[in-house]
Amino acid sequence: MADITDSFAERIRAASPAKPLCIRGGGSKDFYGNALVGDLLDTRAHAGIVAYEPTELVITARCGTPLAEVEAALAVREQCLPFEPPSFGEPATLGGVVAAGLSGPRRGAVGSLRDFVLGVEVMDGESRRLTFGGQVMKNVAGFDVARLMAGSLGTLGLILEVSLKVLPRPVAEATLRFEMPQGKAIEAMNAWADKPLPIAATCWQDDVLTVRLAGARAAVAAARAKLGGEFIDQGAAFWEALRQHRCDFFASDDALPRLSVPSIAPPLDLPGEQIIEWGGSQRWWRGDVSVARKAASVAGGHAVLFRGGDKTAGVFQPLPAPLMAIHKRLKAAFDPRGVFNPGRLYPDF
Amino acid sequence: MPSRHHVAERDQDFSDVDRVALIAELVRQVPAANLLADPEDLKPYECDGLSAYRRLPLAVVLAENEAQVAAVLKTCHRLGVPVVARGSGTGLSAGVLPHEHGIVLSLAKMKRILHLDPVARVAVVEPGVRNLAISEAAAPHGLYYAPDPSSQIACSIGGNVAENAGGVHCLKYGLTVHNVLRVRGVTIEGEAIELGSHALDAPGYDLLALMIGSEGLLAVVTEVTVKLVPKPEVARVIMASFDDVQKAGDAVAAIIGSGIIPAGLEMMDQPATAAVEPFVKAGYDLNAEAILLCESDGTPEEVEEEITRMRAVLEGCGATGIRVSTDEAERLRFWAGRKAAFPAAGRISADYYCMDGTIPRKRLGDMLRAIAGMERKYGLRCINVFHAGDGNLHPLILYDANVPGELERTERFGAEILELSVKFGGTVTGEHGVGFEKLPGMCAQFDSAELSAFHRVKAAFDPAGLLNPGKAVPTLHRCAELGRMHVHAGELKFPDIERF
Ligand SMILES: Cc1cc2nc3c(=O)[nH]c(=O)nc-3n(C[C@H](O)[C@H](O)[C@H](O)COP(=O)(O)OP(=O)(O)OC[C@H]3O[C@@H](n4cnc5c(N)ncnc54)[C@H](O)[C@@H]3O)c2cc1C
Repeated sequence: MADITDSFAERIRAASPAKPLCIRGGGSKDFYGNALVGDLLDTRAHAGIVAYEPTELVITARCGTPLAEVEAALAVREQCLPFEPPSFGEPATLGGVVAAGLSGPRRGAVGSLRDFVLGVEVMDGESRRLTFGGQVMKNVAGFDVARLMAGSLGTLGLILEVSLKVLPRPVAEATLRFEMPQGKAIEAMNAWADKPLPIAATCWQDDVLTVRLAGARAAVAAARAKLGGEFIDQGAAFWEALRQHRCDFFASDDALPRLSVPSIAPPLDLPGEQIIEWGGSQRWWRGDVSVARKAASVAGGHAVLFRGGDKTAGVFQPLPAPLMAIHKRLKAAFDPRGVFNPGRLYPDF
Repeated sequence: MPSRHHVAERDQDFSDVDRVALIAELVRQVPAANLLADPEDLKPYECDGLSAYRRLPLAVVLAENEAQVAAVLKTCHRLGVPVVARGSGTGLSAGVLPHEHGIVLSLAKMKRILHLDPVARVAVVEPGVRNLAISEAAAPHGLYYAPDPSSQIACSIGGNVAENAGGVHCLKYGLTVHNVLRVRGVTIEGEAIELGSHALDAPGYDLLALMIGSEGLLAVVTEVTVKLVPKPEVARVIMASFDDVQKAGDAVAAIIGSGIIPAGLEMMDQPATAAVEPFVKAGYDLNAEAILLCESDGTPEEVEEEITRMRAVLEGCGATGIRVSTDEAERLRFWAGRKAAFPAAGRISADYYCMDGTIPRKRLGDMLRAIAGMERKYGLRCINVFHAGDGNLHPLILYDANVPGELERTERFGAEILELSVKFGGTVTGEHGVGFEKLPGMCAQFDSAELSAFHRVKAAFDPAGLLNPGKAVPTLHRCAELGRMHVHAGELKFPDIERF
């Protein structure tokens, strides 16, 4: 049977450290990570939803399947990818979504992309097809290699197929707005998270804290009554713009560090504007990544040069030596000849 | 020492470990009282909750802090000695079965809750802390640690991390992997590593996900940061009876299909309710072929709304009786029977063997019918309790080890259930781990290229192959020897291995 994956295998066999491959789906995350290196291996021909059964809460699709197609299929059955992976307005593919590992506004409440990965099929650097995990909710047979693929930026293997857990779309949603300075907003987000409230997402910017409620109708109504604030009609559009980085804050091409810190970290000592999401855990800032890195480290987190800026100092926070050694050995375990996306995650491999 | 390549093919031979030299070195690392080497003292460490497999180690070390863990691991690394980390020993897959030429490293003495922050909603704990102790410590703040294995009064958080333990509420609240933010551990070389962080992510590969469920093969866990979540204001459970197991199975799919994620969704068949009812007096409907326990939690309004919707779905699926808990005492009574299923099996039978396959929910009815057939085939009784919402099965096969041949029949019965789980698109283990017990199942579920990849992952953390060797991932040689040579799509799964 002629199969597009045979041609992938051939490309991998023909690749070498001198002629590596750059795995790419829709290219919506080309900006993310270190520079793209190698000959293009386009995954989009290997596409299609393989299985979707709403009562199993699982969807399985090939790497080249457009994210939009997956989300549309889920929407018909009132289900969704609750971690809201961004496509940034581009034709993102499912394989790229998993490899990038990015999650959107609801991540703080429902968990991240990796939390919803159930299984993968990958082609490793020796062009072997390997399957890890599966389509069931609970599976502890073997190491959790499926989740390891989330956020690996294509450096470990070519993701061929993915199974993701899906969830019902919340029955009801509401968006509320509060005038609040940063310090107060951080306190409020943490205090509310301490209570059994149906808070699905939070966003602070320009002294305004926007809160999204999602859940059973009665729960959303009760929370609205309890929290007060100003009700926003265009809630869905606000959160979608935030997810896709369509708001003004994200418009410029200047360096955009993303700081990942403990939710309770007090306002960081950084000049200028910030956007704070995920109950305080994700903070966006415009400025020098080394400054962001220092501030994030002091707060007990790390910083990524998410977009723009000078990548020569590396996009991701450097790892302690023992962890880097493990990373290199894992890379060699799946891609011994170093043909997949060299340097995209760390210049070292 | 054999090269890494060979580690994947054959179990390593550690018979040249010098016990006297080892003990002479270990006494310098830990206080004398923390080193057990007398066979009588070693006895309590010969097995875990799956007592069919027993073995004595050369010695047991009871570590009191991370420095001792590091010193002991360094020593074992230098001398080439296998190390089996041990928490509370409640595992059900012989994961802590000692190595005859190695030591058991017990973390049970490391049981301090180091830090509990009710505002950040995290607790930093040592590995020997019991699962329930975390929720008890968090309770005054209205918080708790969500994963609730039935063994939660006894099992340790280190063991939970190593097994990716689940509980009856993990359909809604997730498994250990969804509720742990950070793990600190020590490698076999004695180096401390931190995976994850107190932020929601960490740079680089998701090594935290890899560590969770790694069954003590990658590093020894010395500290864990868990997420705490607010206790729901109320929880109520529906107990629904069905006159047919298939209908009960369909009802499970129907509830999920209707857009509800219950806080818990469990199923027990008639033999299971009959076994527990005399002991717990939960008020189960003993005429029902199967009962479902279906819980809703949240705000009072939310629970009210969900209970109404779930009741309608259950009635639509042909439930013959429905009771909704009216207060907390009744809710706990409904659950008590489910939580007591294992001990109840122990009371009505000399021995029982707990299986742990997971299948797609829609195959629950098929699986139950197949198990009924196997009961006749093997001449053994089986009672069924399921984490139905997750498709995770716990058939308990009842047997008597003193009756010649029963254990062997039980093992074949169990193996057939697991093979059917794989065939249905599921897995041989949902939450109890592979350990030593399910090595044969792994040969059925993975091919040699996948198993080799697992061995390389292990070697990335533990190049010398000293942490819990011979567990979790079978060598290719063992798979060949076990004769589980599945011919798959016209290909032999292990063509490169000698067969005899
Ligand atoms: C009655 C009963 C009910 C149960 N119910 C459930 C259930 O509902 N859900 C569920 O998931 N499980 C259940 N279990 C299984 C068991 O309790 C879990 O697997 C638990 O996580 C084991 O914890 P432990 O501390 O006893 O680990 P142990 O049995 O001591 O060890 C288990 C594994 O973890 C490794 N390990 C232990 N500590 C460490 C450490 N610090 N660092 C590295 N590796 C370590 C060991 O090497 C071994 O491989 C049940 C068991 C019993 C007996």
